Amino acid sequence: MEGLERILREHPFFAGLGDASADLVCGCAKNVRFEAGQYLFREGEPADQFYLVRHGRVALELSAPGRGAITIQTLGEGDVVGLSWLIPPYRWTNDARAIDLVRAIAIDGACLRQKCEDDHDLGYEMMKRVVPILVERLQATRLQLLDVYGVRA
Amino acid sequence: MVPRIARLRRKRRDGPQVWTLDLELEDRHASEAPRFAPGQFNMLTVFGVGEVPISVSGDPAAPDRLVHTIRSVGAVSSALTRLAPGAAIGFRGPFGTGWPMEETVARDVVIVAGGLGLAPLRPALYRLLADRLRYGRIVLLYGARSPEDILFRSELESWRRRLDIAIEVTVDHATSAWRGRVGVVPALVARADFDPLHAIALVCGPEVMMRFAVAALRDAGVADESIYLSMERNMKCAIAFCGHCQLGTVFVCREGPVFRHDRIRGLLALKEI
Repeated sequence: MEGLERILREHPFFAGLGDASADLVCGCAKNVRFEAGQYLFREGEPADQFYLVRHGRVALELSAPGRGAITIQTLGEGDVVGLSWLIPPYRWTNDARAIDLVRAIAIDGACLRQKCEDDHDLGYEMMKRVVPILVERLQATRLQLLDVYGVRA
Repeated sequence: MVPRIARLRRKRRDGPQVWTLDLELEDRHASEAPRFAPGQFNMLTVFGVGEVPISVSGDPAAPDRLVHTIRSVGAVSSALTRLAPGAAIGFRGPFGTGWPMEETVARDVVIVAGGLGLAPLRPALYRLLADRLRYGRIVLLYGARSPEDILFRSELESWRRRLDIAIEVTVDHATSAWRGRVGVVPALVARADFDPLHAIALVCGPEVMMRFAVAALRDAGVADESIYLSMERNMKCAIAFCGHCQLGTVFVCREGPVFRHDRIRGLLALKEI
């Protein structure tokens, strides 16, 4: 557990996390690995885990009829894969595929949610870490939607 | 100003609708080949069609080769890309301010380019790489629409093999066949390895992308006075006479296209009339 706690606290998502909170989060965490091509999760499935990438890259994909899988974002070392575990209805809205070998810490979303309910300080701490990522990804999506490099008619 | 005459020596496709044209001055003008600074532009004329401003994308160490990278979007740019080798092209220039190359000396240089914005930055990269020891870390962050739209791909791949420049490329959209990054270029700034207190940033791309890139650079700790942008405006006369390119109180053709961010900070978000 000590090794996992150290790895967890070294991840940028949990940088500066206090001892008590780290202890609580660690109880919901485990090390995982995915081979290239393996899916971390699929669209529509319950968002019961999220991942802190330690090594490798993950593609977030959406499939569209006639177009196949479209990669909407790639994430790598230091990133968080999956934010829907914190937001009802706790369901994935895209696929996440390992581009190459991925090593990550998986955190049980239901476990951490319950701990956040029980300890609002921890809940607030998690919100402070998740919301900036949500905002950054929303802004990136807006920029992608603008299609700024496209040819305007 | 009367256009001088150049001949299209060679053209190379550099992406969907994008062509790089090598022009050569007619013999009688060859000795008067203008030396250009990285970031400057020329006015190119297709006779009988019109004139457009195009940034120089070639090597400043070889000024006799007038290299321009053009996307075929309007009447004149489309006509330019349809020309066959040997065709006559009028040109005036070079015009405008260039990238602040002297200020990059001994500093980390962060180049943020989006789409065709890499073209006006390529001369700066040639200059930096030709005299590599004069600079600190060199970081190129480049964003394109899709993998097919990546400009100067073979050159980027060749630069990437060097050990003295960090290059990150991302695209806005891709299929699962693409193994590179997908995401917007400003997001690369936070992960780039440079010293923000001693870095200078050169940014070129669509204005919206530049606004986001500037925000990311400032968040990273780069001062406004160390961020330079190349602005694209409707330049017609190139000598601050006609007013088409006026942005607030500045004429982009004469006082730009390269501006220090603190000079145009208030103008970037202005809505056009």
